[in-house]
Amino acid sequence: MRRVFDFHGGIHPAENKHQSLRNPIQSAGTPPQLVLPLSQHIGAPSRPLVQVGEQVLKGQMIAEAGGHVSVPLHAPSSGTVVAIEDRPIPHPSGLSAPCIVIDCDGRDDWIAHQGVADFRDCEATELLELIRAAGIAGMGGAGFPAAVKLAGKPGATIRTLIINGTECEPYITADDILMQERASEILQGIAILSHILRPEEVLLGVEDNKPEAIVALNKAATGTNVAVVTFPTKYPSGGEKQLIEILTGKQVPSGGLPADIGIVCQNVGTAVAVADAILRGQPLISRITTVTGEAVAEPRNFEVLLGTPMQHLLDLAGFRPEQCERLVMGGPMMGFTLAGPQVPVVKTSNCLLVPSTTELPAPPPAQPCIRCGLCAEACPASLLPQQLYWFARGKETDKLEQHNLFDCIECGACSWVCPSYIPLVQYYRASKADILQQRRDHEKSEQARLRFEARQARIAREEEEREAKRAARKQAAEKKAALAAAEGGEDPIQAAIERARAKKAAQQAGGEADPPAVSPLESLRQKLAKSEQRLAQGREAGEDAKIITALEASVKRLQGKIAEAEAAAADTVETEARE
Amino acid sequence: MTLIRVSSPHAHGSVSTGSVMRQVLLATVPGIAVLTWFFGFGTLVNVLWACLVGVACETLALTLRGHSPAFYLKDCSVLVTSVLLGIALPPYAPWWLIAIGVTSAVLMAKHLYGGLGYNPFNPAMVGYVVLLISFPMQMTAWAPPRGLADVPDLWQALQACFQPASYDAVTMATPLDVLRQNDSLLLEDLWQETAQFGRWAGIGWEWANLAFLAGGAWLLYRRIFTWHAPVAMLAALALMAALFHDGGSSASGGSPLFHLLSGATMFGAFFIITDPVSSAVSVRGRLVFGALIGVLVYLIRVWGNYPDAVAFAVLIANFAAPFIDHYTQPRTYGHRKAGGEP
Repeated sequence: MRRVFDFHGGIHPAENKHQSLRNPIQSAGTPPQLVLPLSQHIGAPSRPLVQVGEQVLKGQMIAEAGGHVSVPLHAPSSGTVVAIEDRPIPHPSGLSAPCIVIDCDGRDDWIAHQGVADFRDCEATELLELIRAAGIAGMGGAGFPAAVKLAGKPGATIRTLIINGTECEPYITADDILMQERASEILQGIAILSHILRPEEVLLGVEDNKPEAIVALNKAATGTNVAVVTFPTKYPSGGEKQLIEILTGKQVPSGGLPADIGIVCQNVGTAVAVADAILRGQPLISRITTVTGEAVAEPRNFEVLLGTPMQHLLDLAGFRPEQCERLVMGGPMMGFTLAGPQVPVVKTSNCLLVPSTTELPAPPPAQPCIRCGLCAEACPASLLPQQLYWFARGKETDKLEQHNLFDCIECGACSWVCPSYIPLVQYYRASKADILQQRRDHEKSEQARLRFEARQARIAREEEEREAKRAARKQAAEKKAALAAAEGGEDPIQAAIERARAKKAAQQAGGEADPPAVSPLESLRQKLAKSEQRLAQGREAGEDAKIITALEASVKRLQGKIAEAEAAAADTVETEARE
Repeated sequence: MTLIRVSSPHAHGSVSTGSVMRQVLLATVPGIAVLTWFFGFGTLVNVLWACLVGVACETLALTLRGHSPAFYLKDCSVLVTSVLLGIALPPYAPWWLIAIGVTSAVLMAKHLYGGLGYNPFNPAMVGYVVLLISFPMQMTAWAPPRGLADVPDLWQALQACFQPASYDAVTMATPLDVLRQNDSLLLEDLWQETAQFGRWAGIGWEWANLAFLAGGAWLLYRRIFTWHAPVAMLAALALMAALFHDGGSSASGGSPLFHLLSGATMFGAFFIITDPVSSAVSVRGRLVFGALIGVLVYLIRVWGNYPDAVAFAVLIANFAAPFIDHYTQPRTYGHRKAGGEP
């Protein structure tokens, strides 16, 4: 047996997988209406290709990829496009986003489609294009466009292809039941992926809590180059980085990709989607979703068309709304709560968890951190969550980055073990968002600074150029003048200066042509005379002392003003005389 | 159906701070039982009175700080502090001594720094050191063990605590004192001539240490703390004792086994230095932290002037904890070792 490695930390939460494994996969049928978000994957949203009112067929492309890291979207059933508008989507924010809404006609008419005759005759680029056109995004939960991941980094050779059948989250059994029931399709998909990547080895990793899946896979893998590797159950062994360490003993460099160490990881569900696309020409229009939790009467796995409202699945599973206070998409460790049951199933919806209030009770109020270190023992990334928590509360971004906050995979193991019930992951998410925002702001201000400096440099350069031109012109003129003088003619510069003087003199003469009727100095003198007269009268009449004083003050003030005006006038005369 | 929106994870393990503290309390029972057997009810009275004062101080502090005492008392942390201090104090200590110690521990060392989780120093040890410096006479008076004198009964123990004036205390030097004051006898002769010594260490003390070791082992089994700090401390202490054993001469500091089973060694290793709040956080950090305490305990015991060294050693190491943390950050996934492959 192949050697497997261990990764640091990890936890053993109650698995709760048996509930939804009692029944085989059941088709969820065609709901009356499908709501298809344009962004069901990581990357740019897709761009609609259809108009409201248009008839679409099952499998018809209704939106194209909106960029390199993006995938197209296909109609999961035939019907009429009734709206392209914002609808609530399954997203942690609980916000609405653009969706294409199709009213199904119930006929489920396929568009013409067919698979390739033999994928072994196809070039890798050709197959990648088909995978991209089929709208396949990672089915494990992250939703990264599969073709982009498979195309890899230029220059990087892939030695190991890892197929992830770990499904370490409690409750979820979508991959488990897929491996049990459709192992041969998984192997078909793996054969195509191997043909594209040409790896030296293909490892299919499964946790040892899925014995039936392991039997089925081993049977299907007989005679192929695929090694089914089992290893002890521990959360989060299904995390891409952790699975790589378990199977190869290597660690993905921080900030890097598995391709950097010659590895590509794909989920078993993605392998089936690839087989459907290449062999049968069917784009990604449905997936397996687990519906489980104590608030449904019959937990099970559904094969469900993308865009099917969660409410439709809940009804099929016998939902008991009175027992439920949260809807979770994904598992209890990393899943997020949904705003309501009207949101649709998307490409990444591996599980709809509807726990009863006693099953997953609301968390009690957090107590102080006693730095017990259980979180550090549980952390699969070997971080010090208790220190990160401390720094996050103090908003010490330098320390957070120094303690490698961005290597946190948000698996929730630290929060799960925390005896003080502190929502640690929530703190890390908030801190990451803060730091990313700061980086963006910093980038912006840096750009602004560069722009400003570039502008300053340009202005200085232009000024220099103008100066150089002026100097050149001056030189040329002087030369010309010298030439003219030498020839005994009139100096042109001197002539220009004289012309300018004559013009100015004429202007001044025109300005003095209409002097003011009474000069300000004259009016001040008249006022002074009046005031003096009034003062003399007052003294003679023996008026109140206050009035006398006021009059004296006003005389003095006027005298001062006159003196000032006279001085100013003298100055003006002097200046004029000098000019 | 009203839906709540909460952040993941939605599931939680079964461990809570209160349950951790209660298990620590439970693990002290064997040690307290052995101390009570050998030295009488003094320790038990210490512990109970300390708990009473501790809860009163905690309630007062929480009320003054505007917190709900009902919610915070549930974490049982004040009981742990009080019980540990009660065990550390000499049996038959007067009530006021215990009250001053507990008050210093809870109000000064814990709440003045911001309460549970914020104290840089081990509260019980702060309380102990305050008393040791202020009342050296009361703090160095240990009762003789069963077999060397009559063991006081519960009534006498209560009298010693609450009517100290009317209680005639019988005291005897502890084995650690005897060894420190020895400068003429070979260890072997000292062992023969001194009544306090038992099979491996002091009578009573060796069993008390083994009982605390048993309680600590149970806590390890329950994964309340990791082995790193206690093992590092015991190993460092044993290594120091072996280095300075000097073949059992009159200048010997005592054998490794003697040090491991004397004074507060096991109590300190499993109940004091494992206080997570004031210790180093990483695995390597806890190894360094524990080893530092082991070395300091030996230095202070053999060349210092105090009856035992655990309290001072722990407080000095508490000072060093942030510094140790800074240099012992573990290698994160995907980061290179110094000069090696990731």
